[in-house]
Parts: sequence; structure tokens; C-alpha cells
Amino acid sequence: MNILELTISQINQGLKKKEFSAVDLCKAHLKEVRERDKEIFSFLSLNEDSALSQAKEVDDLIKADQEISPLAGVPCAIKDNILIKDLKCTAGSKILENYIAPYDATVIKKLKKQKAIFLGKTNLDEFAMGSSTENSAFGPTHNPNDLTRVPGGSSGGSAAAVAANMSCYSLGSDTGGSIRLPASFCGVIGLKPTYGSVSRYGLIAFASSLDQIGPFAKTVEDCKIVFDAIKGEDEMDSTSVPLKDENLKFKIENLKIGVPKEYFVKGIDPEVEKIIKGAIKKYEEAGAKIEEVSLPNTEYALPAYYIISPSEASANLARFDGIKYGYSESKKNSLMDVYLESRGKGFGPEVRRRIMIGTYALSSGYYEAHYLRAEKVRNLIKNDFEKVFSRVDVLMAPVSPFLPFKIGERIQDPLSMYLVDIYTVSINLAGLPALSLPVGKVGSLPIGLQIIGKPFQEDMILETARFFENNKK
Amino acid sequence: MISKQEVQHIAKLARLSMTEEEEEKFAKELSSILDYVEKLKKADVSEVEAISHPFEIENVVRKDEERSDKKKSDNKRLVEMAPENKDGYVKVKSIF
Repeated sequence: MNILELTISQINQGLKKKEFSAVDLCKAHLKEVRERDKEIFSFLSLNEDSALSQAKEVDDLIKADQEISPLAGVPCAIKDNILIKDLKCTAGSKILENYIAPYDATVIKKLKKQKAIFLGKTNLDEFAMGSSTENSAFGPTHNPNDLTRVPGGSSGGSAAAVAANMSCYSLGSDTGGSIRLPASFCGVIGLKPTYGSVSRYGLIAFASSLDQIGPFAKTVEDCKIVFDAIKGEDEMDSTSVPLKDENLKFKIENLKIGVPKEYFVKGIDPEVEKIIKGAIKKYEEAGAKIEEVSLPNTEYALPAYYIISPSEASANLARFDGIKYGYSESKKNSLMDVYLESRGKGFGPEVRRRIMIGTYALSSGYYEAHYLRAEKVRNLIKNDFEKVFSRVDVLMAPVSPFLPFKIGERIQDPLSMYLVDIYTVSINLAGLPALSLPVGKVGSLPIGLQIIGKPFQEDMILETARFFENNKK
Repeated sequence: MISKQEVQHIAKLARLSMTEEEEEKFAKELSSILDYVEKLKKADVSEVEAISHPFEIENVVRKDEERSDKKKSDNKRLVEMAPENKDGYVKVKSIF
């Protein structure tokens, strides 16, 4: 038994049967991080001392024959844009290099209640803006399956940490694909919940109408355990909603799968297409009904996203002014110079680019032509999904048209990087739940199948994914 | 096409300092991104409303009273995170 490969329920069983202790488990993971993360760089900071004392507390409970929750003693990693009280939270940015979180995010509070073990904080594109984790101010994360390639982004550190068995599970955030893309590129399961399923309180805001926190895990079961632990209404996030139990009775013969034809057009890597179609075929052979569907406004999703998300980002990031907290050029003479220099030097190139696009799209004279039009297009995209979901239960598509690309390959050309997200951004615009499930490989490079569900039907897409996982050879 | 002057104007609105070299780079990059989003002009939006959220949501308000889970020491900590602070206040440059 390799202790690093265990799933959440295997760990829970092992702890209860005293096959190993939570401290042993924590030490084994920390050792693996020290050895392997030199070349992968998933972690921006480690939380060794308090992780070990948290683990000791769990061991004490077990010794005293107390009940433990499913996540007690299970080591996890947290994307460094989610606040854990008294730990550094950098958002991958120089502007927050020395920022210590003054409170816990709601998801962290919930995990702490279960006595989860926080190994450390993981690398990301600065402020979660990017598709490769190369935009981190602290250096890129490498894909554990091929160190010369990117892990996807922006939650690349969280995905790589789970793929390399340095952490049992992790949390990321997804604004336009930032959980699903790295899950696909690294070969783990990643779930972007429905907008409103999980509280965003304590997540450093990028685009508030699109952001959601979600889990990365090795198995569908683990993914569900973590999602169930973090979901739910929160008075600190007015967009979070009370969730009803789905009471799902999943039967493959009753499953209706829609395959959007606009997601299989010119530009997709033929090897990706082959593996995705092969996976869909397996569902068909097992008795699911497959129907080709159309989402006619798909081509407008990416341009709408690249107006809406930078617009929201430019407003959200206005708080970084060199005055309240974070990096400051406070020795300047005038207030204007403090603003200009703190922000100009504190933000990296991609963040400044997006602030510029957002400021432009919202500025007088361009607001109607750009921002307002994009928000109307957003409604068209939402309507497309509503229409097809009256006929099918889930949609299946690739996560990205591309295989994991080489570090450095796209970073000089912002637009070529944006195109990586062409199949993921519509889901955020429509607020839907979606996950990435590893369904094959080209050489050593994993490929994720994207399963998209109706609003608040996370259980449906998880059960659909579980079916594939159970029937893998 | 975005000119260097427009870049300077937007950078000032966004409160971002920029070198001349960066202004030229941004002019080029922003132009190609804005060319790409021009695609939106082709979409027929004549019969659709703008939405700012995926689902209809309502404002949530709470009573304007002190919260029991927040302590005075939290306030102190927040103020002390400001690069310049004095006597429990955040210090800002004179604006005149």
C-alpha cells in the first residue's frame, strides 16, 4: 500500500482502523512535497507546523475513540487565492507578496470544522488570470506528466499537487475554465460547481459573476465528498443559495447525452477529438442515448467572456491602491503617484492587460458597444443551454481543443492563450456546473472529458462521470 | 487599432504607470484582442436583454448592527495592514 495514493474514504478507514496515524500521513505528504515539488513547483508556501499539529489533534480524537468526519486528517492543498487565517495569501501576485490573511474563507471554515489538514497554498496565474500558471509572479508550475509542459491554469498548482500525489485533494477556483483545464491537463477530476453552490467569501475576487470555488480529486467519489463539504448557502455571500437534495436515481439506460456540434469544429486537435468521441461512444454502448445538439451562439462566448471578465476584474482590482494593504510605493509625493506606481509595479503583465481591456470596455463611449453588448450575448448563450437542456440531461464535450502545451509556447501571444479556453468559458457565462474527467491519454498527456449539467445538478454530472470510472478497463 | 495616446488615456483611468516601451506593446496587444471581440457585432441581440448574472438574484440585506463574530481587535489588525497608518487610522497623502 502506498499511503500517498489513498482516496479520502480509504484514508478515513485506515485512520479508524489505526493502520496509520494522521501524523504519519501528513509527514509522508510533506516529505513527498519536499522531494518532488522542486521540479513541479505546485506549492507557493507550506504550512508544516500547523498541519502536523492539526494531524496530532485528529490522532488524539481517534485514540480517545471519538467519531471523526470523512475529511478529518486528510491532507489537502489550497489555491493561493483562498484565504486561510494567519497564512500568507499572495494570489500569485507581487502586490500581495507579504499579505497575511486576516480571516478564513467560508470553504476553509467548513473544512476546518471537519479537521482537514492544510499542507500549504498552491501556485496560480496571478489573480487567477491565465490558462497555464505561467502568469504567476513566482514562477511557473510544471505538468507532472511531462515537466516541459504547462499544467493548465489558472489553478495549475492545485491540479499538479493532486496529480503528483503530493496532496489527497485540493481546492481551486474557476472563472472561465481554471479548474477544468488544469484537471484535464494533469489527469485528475476537477469540478466547477453551479454559480451560487459554493460561497465565494474569502476568495480573492477576479470576476464576481463568474467565479466559483471547486475541488480537484483523484476519484469521482472524493470529488463529491469535498463538494458536499464546501457547498451551501452562506450569509457572507449574497449570491450563494440554499441547495435542495437531488434524490438522484441514476440509470445509464435513462441518460440522455447531448453532444454540441459547435465543440467539434476545425481547430480541435484530432487526437483530442478521437479520445473524447471514444469516451462518448462508451456511454452509448452502455445504453445511454446520444443526441447531437446545437449551441448556435458558441462562437460569441469567448469574445463576450473577454469583455465581461476583464470589466469585472478592472472594478474588483481597483481596491489594490497602495494605501489599504499590499505592495505600496508610499514614498511618492502625490496620491496619484502612489496609485500609479503601486499598481504599475505591483501587477504583472497579464493582470495589467486585463485591467486595461476592462477599463476600456467600461469607459465612456465604449460601454454600450462593448460591455452592454457582451451582456446581451451572455443571455443568448444562456438561452442556448436552456433550450438543449429541455431535451438532454448532460452535455459532453472536450475541455480544451489542445493537448497540454510546452511552457513558453503561448505566453508571448495573449490571444493564442485565450483560445485555450474556448470550450470552457460559456459554462461560466451561463453559471452551469461542469467537470473534467480523465478519459484517455496521448502518450503521457492526459485528456479530460467535459461533462456539463443543468443548474444545481452537480450530482447528475458526478454520477455520469462515476459510470465511466467504474467501467474503465 | 488602439493608438499610443489611447493607451496612455486608459492607463491613467486604470491608475497604472507605464513605460513608453510598454505603451507600444500594450497598443499592439490590445488592438489584436479588441479586433477579436469585434466578432460580437455579428450577434443578433435585438430581442434580448442584458444580464449581469447567470441567475436572477435579489439583494440580501442584514440589520445594521454590530456582529457578534467580529472583534475590536480585528479592526485594529485591518488598519495595521495599511502600509502607512497612525493612531488607528489609515494614512493617506494630502489631496490638495
